[in-house]
Amino acid sequence: MYRYICKRILLVIPTLLGAAALVFVLMRLIPGDVCVVRLGSSGGTFDPKAIALCHAELGMERPLIVQFMDFVWGIVRLDFGTSMWSGNPVTTEIWARLPISVEIAILATVIAIAIAIPLGAVSAIKQNTWIDILVRLFAVAGTATPSFWLGLVSLLIVLNFTSAVFGAPWMPPIEYVPIWQDPIRNLSMALLPAVTVGYRYAAVSMRMTRSAMLEVMQEDYIRTARAKGLINKLIINRHALKNALLPVVTLLGIEFAFLIGGLVVTEQVFNLNGVGRLFVQAVQNQDYTLTQALVMLTVIIFVISNLVVDLLYAWLDPRIRYS
Amino acid sequence: MVTTTAQRLADDISPKRATATRRLLAFFKSEFLATLGIVLVLVMGITGIFAEWIAPYNPRANDFAAMMEAPGWAHPLGTDQFGRDLLSRIIYGARTAMIVGLSSALVGGTCGLVLGVGSAYFGGRTDLILQRIFDVLMAFPLIILALAVVAIFGTGVENVIIAITIPLIPRCARVVRSSALAIRELPYVDAARALGFGHLRIILVHMVPNVMAPFLIMVTAFVGQAILAEASLSYLGLGVQEPVPAWGLMLQGGAEEFATSAPWIAIFPGLAIVLSVLGINLIGDALRDHLDPKLRKR
Repeated sequence: MYRYICKRILLVIPTLLGAAALVFVLMRLIPGDVCVVRLGSSGGTFDPKAIALCHAELGMERPLIVQFMDFVWGIVRLDFGTSMWSGNPVTTEIWARLPISVEIAILATVIAIAIAIPLGAVSAIKQNTWIDILVRLFAVAGTATPSFWLGLVSLLIVLNFTSAVFGAPWMPPIEYVPIWQDPIRNLSMALLPAVTVGYRYAAVSMRMTRSAMLEVMQEDYIRTARAKGLINKLIINRHALKNALLPVVTLLGIEFAFLIGGLVVTEQVFNLNGVGRLFVQAVQNQDYTLTQALVMLTVIIFVISNLVVDLLYAWLDPRIRYS
Repeated sequence: MVTTTAQRLADDISPKRATATRRLLAFFKSEFLATLGIVLVLVMGITGIFAEWIAPYNPRANDFAAMMEAPGWAHPLGTDQFGRDLLSRIIYGARTAMIVGLSSALVGGTCGLVLGVGSAYFGGRTDLILQRIFDVLMAFPLIILALAVVAIFGTGVENVIIAITIPLIPRCARVVRSSALAIRELPYVDAARALGFGHLRIILVHMVPNVMAPFLIMVTAFVGQAILAEASLSYLGLGVQEPVPAWGLMLQGGAEEFATSAPWIAIFPGLAIVLSVLGINLIGDALRDHLDPKLRKR
């Protein structure tokens, strides 16, 4: 098991280095000069001295390999430089917006698991019945619904419902308050975006739970359990569901990346000042230092979540660690 | 009695036709979700292709006398804040979605197919290098890589297609490679090599047709993913730009601002996205069930 863990952790390094190289190259593919874009964004003319100063500030006059090594060293120390847009350290910008995004991501995952596993299992057990068709339709619709539209529609429903019932429309608060300070205000802000993002997450996991359950239900040990007279509830809970959840765990890890993507758009709908919104603002403001830092941060989260899933999978399924 | 005899006679005269109709009906009955998918995609395809003939108004024409008009006889789905007819914009939006969805999926899928099969066929160092490159590209969530590409190349339909195509390539290559690895070991590939066929001929003529099942399933899924990604980018203002009618773009700005006074601006373009991607996904599911022998019985 330790050998497998070491091997898997070591595999993360080349992936992260490759991703860093790709981000580094992408940011240098920008047509024209980054400094011209930066200085030109304020309008008017600018003299060559200002451009030279900007180059020196960003360390662009140094050889590319030195710049890359500096970039990688910055990632290791979590120092991504300063934002071209606000002038603040990138880490400060991200750190200030991280709690809300993390909270929504965790809530969305909890909601997704709570919906996906029971519904997926019921759909498989009641295969080809109207319950199965309804659950499948709900799941396929989840993969087809853009989270930003679902957010818009849910806001619309909340606005109309509250104005009809209470006489005045109510909007979820947009300012972040930690859950330990004011749980009601915190949840009323985070719950709707979490449901919006979590629906797609739940839909994909539901489909996986269903197909995994269907596959497990055909296994010999289920037939044996039936033959020895075990009651259906025990067969499903103890034998089928436990084994069917293995691929679902993998999928939950992979889908975590989509969750980050979903946050980018959903935070925009709910006007939440999270990392996703910061990403969009960085791209809109052509803030390349902030963009490359956020892309790298997403990749790191994605690679680490995949690593955790792989290790969890190896722990759950002995066949993997011994192969 | 007369009718029954006449029916029997008609069936005797055209047995093939009756069987085909019956088969079609049986298919629709047994594959309800697939049929729904086919209908939805057909509607989307037809409206997109024949937009000029179907759309009742010019999708770019402002009518300040009819701003935010509720759905009615003149404008079946209402108008937006500039008085543009929503139905016409949705019909033309189907074309934009089809162009972005199909071109990203086909280009991304085809590049992935060639790279995946090539990686499996050559094996060794080529496979190792390509796999590491795919690992790196797969570490970027689709929308994040697309945003990074848009940050560099800028917005617009062509750039959005490039931004969505790049992340799709490794995803297809990875799946196709695993199928191609099994095919590489089959005797007919060895036979082709023994006959002195070139690498390109073996890859394109002998290996590619045999990985078509996973490829088709992937490409179908990609069309839906590309439409969703384009809608997200356009909604963020980083995709297709005005005045091109695009569903995601229609949900930006006015849809949020006038959510309570003119909810139709927010509802209908989103419904168009959901129904078209739903249709594509349902077809993808049916295709997977049909092409995967493990799932065929279920």
